Amino acid sequence: MPMLHTVNKSPFERRTLDTALRHAVKGAAILLIEDGVYAAFDGTVVADKVKAALSDHKIYVLGPDVSARGMSEHHVIDGINVVDYGGFVDLVTEYDKVQSWL
Amino acid sequence: MKLSVLVNEGPYQHQSADSAIQFTKAALAKGHEVFRVFFYHDGVNNGTSYAVPPQDDRNITQEWTSLAKEHDLDLVVCIAAAQRRGILDENESKRQGKDGFNIAEGFRISGLGQLIEAGIQSDRLVIFGD
Repeated sequence: MPMLHTVNKSPFERRTLDTALRHAVKGAAILLIEDGVYAAFDGTVVADKVKAALSDHKIYVLGPDVSARGMSEHHVIDGINVVDYGGFVDLVTEYDKVQSWL
Repeated sequence: MKLSVLVNEGPYQHQSADSAIQFTKAALAKGHEVFRVFFYHDGVNNGTSYAVPPQDDRNITQEWTSLAKEHDLDLVVCIAAAQRRGILDENESKRQGKDGFNIAEGFRISGLGQLIEAGIQSDRLVIFGD
């Protein structure tokens, strides 16, 4: 399996999501954690870009970090999978390598 | 699977210190081996026993100490990063002529080679930081 890319900064603060998407090959997965979860919400100015990325990548978001920001799974874009920390660990083991975009 | 974790951020910056320990707990709960947790840059601030957070605040250092005890974890603090930030073990404290030492229980101070070795020996290295 290709690489898992984790993004931990909001797309409204840094460019790491764009960088990750630019480097991720087709089939690579993106996991949004910490402030990176803001990219997973529907209705934002980056939502269209994230939706477009779903055709090449599986995108995951860390559920505890979504709820820690007062948001819920209902706000998450359709097609993005919500995982817990156990799911985070599973993704790390399923994919060959982990690239943390900091 | 054999995993290692790199922590580059202290407990009072963003969220990465918390993410790192939550991830490590989840990995252990799933039966994975955690080969080493390496603390680098401001991440060394996770390993000071002199921090006294309010009682109703989470105490990450204590959480690492008890996790290390429970699972026999190897918690390694980078020596150069630690010395810059005033984190010393007994030997270094004597060597530098300081009054005390503050490396928390369950942590040890060593060099960057330990990070390289963790990268080589582990199936995955997961990085948390700013």
